[in-house]
Amino acid sequence: MSMHPKIVGRLFAFLVLPLLSGCNMVVMSPSGDIARQQADLILVSTALMLIIIVPVIFLTLFFAWKYRQSNTEAPYDPEWSHSTRLEVVIWSAPLAIIIALGAITWMSTHKLDPYRPLDRIDAERPVAADVKPLTVEVVALDWKWLFIYPDYGIASLNEMAAPLDVPINFKITASSVMNSFYIPALAGQIYAMAGMETKLHAVINRTGEYEGFSANFSGSGFSHMRFKFHGLDPAGFDAWVASVRQKGSSLTRAAYQELELPSEKEPVRHYSTVDSGLYDAILNMCVDPSKMCMKEMAMIDARGGGGLDSANIVFQLTYDRERNWGSIGRQSRPFLLAQCTPEGAGPGGSEVLPPQSRSPFPSFGPSYGKGGDLSQVSSGTVLR
Amino acid sequence: MFSNPDLMKFIFGRLTLESLPFHEPILVVTFIGVMIGAIAVLGLITYYRFWGPLWRDWITSVDHKKIGIMYVILAIIMLVRGFSDAIMMRIQQAIAFGGHEGYLPPHHYDQIFTAHGVIMIFFVAMPFVTGLMNFVVPLQIGARDVAFPFLNNFSFWMTVAGAVIVMMSLFIGEFAKTGWLAYPPLSGIAYSPDVGVDYYIWGLQVAGIGTTLSGINLIATIVKMRAPGMTFMKMPIFTWTALATNILIVASFPVLTAVLALLSLDRYLGMNFFTNDLGGNPMMYVNLIWIWGHPEVYILVLPAFGIFSEVVSTFSSKRLFGYTSMVYATCVIMILSYIVWLHHFFTMGSGASVNAFFGITTMIISIPTGAKLFNWLFTMYRGRIRYEVPMLWTVGFMVTFTIGGMTGVMLAIPPADFVLHNSLFLIAHFHNVIIGGVVFGVFAGINYWFPKAFGFKLDSFWGKVSFWFWQIGFFFAFMPLYVLGLMGVTRRMSQFDDPSLQIWFSIAAFGAGLIALGIAAFFVQIFVSIRNREALRDLTGDPWDGRTLEWATSSPPPEYNFAFTPIVHDHDSWYDMKKRGHTRPLGGFRPIHMPRNTGAGFILAMIAIGFAFGMIWHIWWLAIISFVAMIAVAIGHTFNYNRDFYIPAETVTATENARTRLLAGQS
Repeated sequence: MSMHPKIVGRLFAFLVLPLLSGCNMVVMSPSGDIARQQADLILVSTALMLIIIVPVIFLTLFFAWKYRQSNTEAPYDPEWSHSTRLEVVIWSAPLAIIIALGAITWMSTHKLDPYRPLDRIDAERPVAADVKPLTVEVVALDWKWLFIYPDYGIASLNEMAAPLDVPINFKITASSVMNSFYIPALAGQIYAMAGMETKLHAVINRTGEYEGFSANFSGSGFSHMRFKFHGLDPAGFDAWVASVRQKGSSLTRAAYQELELPSEKEPVRHYSTVDSGLYDAILNMCVDPSKMCMKEMAMIDARGGGGLDSANIVFQLTYDRERNWGSIGRQSRPFLLAQCTPEGAGPGGSEVLPPQSRSPFPSFGPSYGKGGDLSQVSSGTVLR
Repeated sequence: MFSNPDLMKFIFGRLTLESLPFHEPILVVTFIGVMIGAIAVLGLITYYRFWGPLWRDWITSVDHKKIGIMYVILAIIMLVRGFSDAIMMRIQQAIAFGGHEGYLPPHHYDQIFTAHGVIMIFFVAMPFVTGLMNFVVPLQIGARDVAFPFLNNFSFWMTVAGAVIVMMSLFIGEFAKTGWLAYPPLSGIAYSPDVGVDYYIWGLQVAGIGTTLSGINLIATIVKMRAPGMTFMKMPIFTWTALATNILIVASFPVLTAVLALLSLDRYLGMNFFTNDLGGNPMMYVNLIWIWGHPEVYILVLPAFGIFSEVVSTFSSKRLFGYTSMVYATCVIMILSYIVWLHHFFTMGSGASVNAFFGITTMIISIPTGAKLFNWLFTMYRGRIRYEVPMLWTVGFMVTFTIGGMTGVMLAIPPADFVLHNSLFLIAHFHNVIIGGVVFGVFAGINYWFPKAFGFKLDSFWGKVSFWFWQIGFFFAFMPLYVLGLMGVTRRMSQFDDPSLQIWFSIAAFGAGLIALGIAAFFVQIFVSIRNREALRDLTGDPWDGRTLEWATSSPPPEYNFAFTPIVHDHDSWYDMKKRGHTRPLGGFRPIHMPRNTGAGFILAMIAIGFAFGMIWHIWWLAIISFVAMIAVAIGHTFNYNRDFYIPAETVTATENARTRLLAGQS
């Protein structure tokens, strides 16, 4: 057989290629401590598995060659099909590797849990007791990324910056479809989903400009849903914040509602001010002030639900259909709205909350339908 | 003339002239090509007066062998479609750099990668393995057909119907632009209001009925119809893996049906299972679809493992090493495949303990899989290995699959998955196991059982050419994707900025070109073999010195498979019979009870296409009429009492005597 040298050669190439530094393997040589540990885990697990893989491939090719039909000198034993000793080995050798790998998995999964606050800056330095982590609120929009810095009251579109060696606490959500927030140089990815918040804790250890993007397909603008992540020294970061403050416009709710409409290849934009509670409203899907916030709905549910009166609030909870990407030109279909609205309260009718004592809704009167903090909404219109 | 829009809407639903892609030159050219091909095929059928035999002997056939062959033909046709998609993606990704948009806009590209995934899994890999199981399992267990022959015909035509529905989307409307699992909310009505996702849903629902019923059928066949003496622990390994696979099908496909039904309720009736709002949660869809999706991977690969077990033992002229541990490994894999699904979404925010649990269960699967590999290895040990084409595929598989298994375990470590998930590394991994495992297995199986099905071997030169192009092409096409994944490149991108990536995509495109040559060589192999069939003729019924019962009968087997049901004393029962000096019974034949062909399955499936088309385009009258018609035909079929017949003893005697003369002439 002539195949084994080729296969060995290709295998060799495969094993060696990841070690080549020529082609910027950002996953294997990242600049953030979390990603560094994740890369190390890939190396350790690969090494462990090669203990089994290399002999298997070697033996396959060796047996394939040695016991070829034309080699009549090789022993031939057509009835030999069982060996307890060998069976024990072939089950227990992989088992041993998996026990080792399983232990590593259990420990590393907990240690590198993206929800777990950092306890170290890198392999040598623990997080100092007095350091204040940087909080960044990330919103995946169609098809761009919005970063809100609540500590600074600023925001940035399609560009993110963070100071070196400062733990970053990401809070991540989305405006419509599912995306995955991923900066390979910094840390592993985590999904961004509307109405839900995921978390990520990470730190950047080297200055530089890194790629960030969505790793989960999200529609036609997906390929361009990319941003630059800047790892800056403290002075650089302060300068970046100052420039955002100086040159940026303001991110009001109205501006956000404009921004979240589908668009591609948006240039970097800076916002010097951000409406208070905007991220919270995005997370609760009630930036549009005519919508009920998710957390209010959850509270109603926690108190036993709205019963039949829930039919009244369908419109206030309708979110997806209001923002469809339809190319066929269909507007929202008021499926339930048309059928189940009780007498006297048409779809979007003004009197949505019958003040009945059995209704659980009135107790939420003050905040109901206002989309959280309304202080920035000039129109003040609550219900359509 | 048709000025009344309401009437138009009633008749055509949302189907309009604009739904036909006249503005897409690629599709227009494809359509013309398909039409010319179709007219040529129809013309040939008419010229050779093949319509009658086609209907009587194939379309209405309940013979498991013919249905198995038709499944494989379907899979080969769909492989061409799915691979065309693959080539288009590879070319797009190789040229769309630095502001160049390539030749496929996202609107088109997104449909292509969705169609590629859906077609390759549901209409290539599934029909391949179902077809091989259908053909081989009854022969291997000494049965005359499957337990429910009509159901088998119906299952096949429902699978064809699903494929037709998906193919229709190429020329009428569009396909889903969501990725092959159609995650909501993207696949919900708000973000995908077009017909694409509806094509996806109904294509899979219709085919899914076929798959589920075929699973039930084969379980019943294996459990109830084994030849006397064939206890479970004497069953051939391929039959064992078929049993495990069909149990997986029956247990998991209903989950797919249910989750797609929920998605349909969201899309058609405005319900909110997977929407962002009104209490819906898209994460539930992801969870449910992977409860089907992970077992699906093993549904595909377990029969491939079975094929390799048969091939390695036959061509090493040696008993399979560790039969018992092979059976247990198969069962362990079957059970474990149910408790690992969460590893497909480690990055969706579950807690560390949950992720770690599912990561470790995933790794545990590599233990029985590793044991299987060692068993094949030690089957070769002290064997006399004949390098016929099936054996080449097997050795290629053992090397390739091992690498895929290793990268799979890497992905099973949650923190590593956080950096590799959704990347091209993941793409490389699953193509590594699906091509290296399933596709290699299927080609091994086709080359192995082809003489049984048609009475002559496949040409081995072109078989080897095909193998080497596939094998080398695979490494060229997918090793660069591992590298790109480690460079932080994610999947489903249609354009790139970083020019340093381009070389890797070019290598991958080159590899895809090599695979294309491998597929072409496979067609040449079939063509050459048909031309040289007399030289390649197998008169013995046992061209490979086989070990299991399918080689005990003639090639191709008579309609009734076995004139007398064989009695089994050992696994490797045919080898055992040969060793004991078994002689064919030459007389005393009796009439054989057989199921009669019926067109009901074909008719039901064709009406199902009408139903699906009506649902997809909101042509409600068509959907309602088709649905009622399906129920009526199904009920009507229950009144068909003309379901069986006896092959007269004289016919059996004549057939067997003919074989006796052949065998005598042979020796």
